[in-house]
Amino acid sequence: MSKDPVSQTPHVVLEDLVFRRGRKLIFDGLSLTVPRGRVTTVMGPSGTGKTTLLRLIGGQLRPDSGRIWVDGEEVARLSNRRLYALRKRMGMLFQTGALLTDMNVFENVAFPLREHTRLPEELIRNLVLMKLEAVGLRGASDLSPAQLSGGMARRVALARAIALDPDMILYDEPFAGLDPITMGQIVTLIQRTNKTLGLTSVLVTHDVVEAMAISDHVVLIAEGRVMDSGTAEEVRAGASEWSQQFLGGHPDGPVPFHYPGSSYRDDLLNEAGRDRD
Amino acid sequence: MIEFLSGLGRSGLHWLAVLGRASTFLFRVLLAQDAVVRRFRLTLAEIYSVGVRSMLIIMVSGLFVGMVLGYQGYITLVNFGAAEALGGVVALSLVRELGPVVTALLFAGRAGSALTAEIGLMKTTEQLSAMEMMAVDPYRRVFAPRFFAGFLSMPLLAALFSAVGVMGGYIVGVGLLGVDSGSYFSQMQAVTDWREDVMSGVIKSIVFGFVVTWIAVFQGVDAEPTSEGISRATTQTVVVSALAVLGLDFILTGLMFGDM
Ligand SMILES: Nc1ncnc2c1ncn2[C@@H]1O[C@H](COP(=O)(O)OP(=O)(O)O)[C@@H](O)[C@H]1O
Ligand SMILES: [Mg+2]
Repeated sequence: MSKDPVSQTPHVVLEDLVFRRGRKLIFDGLSLTVPRGRVTTVMGPSGTGKTTLLRLIGGQLRPDSGRIWVDGEEVARLSNRRLYALRKRMGMLFQTGALLTDMNVFENVAFPLREHTRLPEELIRNLVLMKLEAVGLRGASDLSPAQLSGGMARRVALARAIALDPDMILYDEPFAGLDPITMGQIVTLIQRTNKTLGLTSVLVTHDVVEAMAISDHVVLIAEGRVMDSGTAEEVRAGASEWSQQFLGGHPDGPVPFHYPGSSYRDDLLNEAGRDRD
Repeated sequence: MIEFLSGLGRSGLHWLAVLGRASTFLFRVLLAQDAVVRRFRLTLAEIYSVGVRSMLIIMVSGLFVGMVLGYQGYITLVNFGAAEALGGVVALSLVRELGPVVTALLFAGRAGSALTAEIGLMKTTEQLSAMEMMAVDPYRRVFAPRFFAGFLSMPLLAALFSAVGVMGGYIVGVGLLGVDSGSYFSQMQAVTDWREDVMSGVIKSIVFGFVVTWIAVFQGVDAEPTSEGISRATTQTVVVSALAVLGLDFILTGLMFGDM
């Protein structure tokens, strides 16, 4: 990694983030930083707000309070124009790929180039084929999104996300629902994109093993706050009781197996009582 | 009683909120209309899928409606010995009322429901979100061209419906029932007033096109992002469009012919 001071400033900074969905408090004073050029993984149980976090970073949602800086710009304060300019420097890989269903693979990857550049057709073709080659799917360029498996769709979406050569890429659950081979391919691709292109990579996932293996920086979130953060080793070693349960996948612990409710005994007795009336 | 009233209030509030969102949406789509010209090829593609692909159903329906008008008009007119006036009756019914209204209802069922489903699916599969994250504004790229295409297609389809309907009336009236061919068309010309009749029909179809397309595109955007949400939104498009068209037809007819 380069030692120049610019690359030492964090790429993304979240400060005291508070975000609500209706009455539900999703983030309650969340703070974290994403170092530039590294792989940072945000892990947490389903429904903690990991996707929400990426949408906040991308400026699709606005925080109720707190601040979000991306590349030194405060996302929620940007005009639409500046926000769109920022988004061109940021790629996002949606969980399902989110390919445009009315275009084939080639046109999907060409889409951001056609929308944002006036490159000649020849050059667009070469760029698209290069990106597809990088994810190993040059041969699939004529297929329609409906013909792709989940893993292939995600790889095409990755090719599309890097089409404009962004400096950061956000991955939403890149490993969810993949077979081991496809999982391996995605892991390799994420690492390779990070290494060869020097991209800042932010992963959100609940897949502990894969994520720990490729992350430079790990952040565990739950209940709207950061539970632990550091390198994979630091998090594993110094983890709190909650983190131990999460990382080890133990069914019971600080997060109880039972959804909160009245006492089991009372419930059973009440049922009996109701029958007698 | 209280429960009924509070239910009424709740659904009133619900619809008020929907109307608010729909208005905001319309405003943003109208602001994005410059994209219609700048991205003219996208707009053309939408005119094809919204307008051109509705032509067959519009023509077939127009033909049948015209033929029925030919029969019904003849049966009534012949009692007064005025069968020669058939052309005028058919043309007036089509141009003033049936053309705009039936076309709008068919348009809602054919093109409107397809628009809702398409946009609802794009929302559910995060395609709209993905566009936003690629710094592409869905209002310019997706909604504005579709809205304009619907708005433009409706009056043209209504005109097509009326034209084919007149031919249907001709087939039945002249071909089967023996009305004189010359008087069918001369009566039509004599009775139909360009400004009063044709323009009122055109205005109606423009209004219906605007409203039906608005409802269809908005229902897609506002759909709950699940498969049940999409199917509910599609049904809503057809039901709400039909009610809106019939209600507006009454109001517009009152405004345009009320003081005659
Ligand atoms: N559009 C929405 N409207 C209301 N609540 C939502 C919406 N999207 C997500 N949520 C809620 O926000 C919480 C966090 O969601 P999400 O960020 O998708 O979690 P994760 O990605 O960690 O599984 C969930 O409890 C979910 O129910
Ligand atoms: Mg998620």
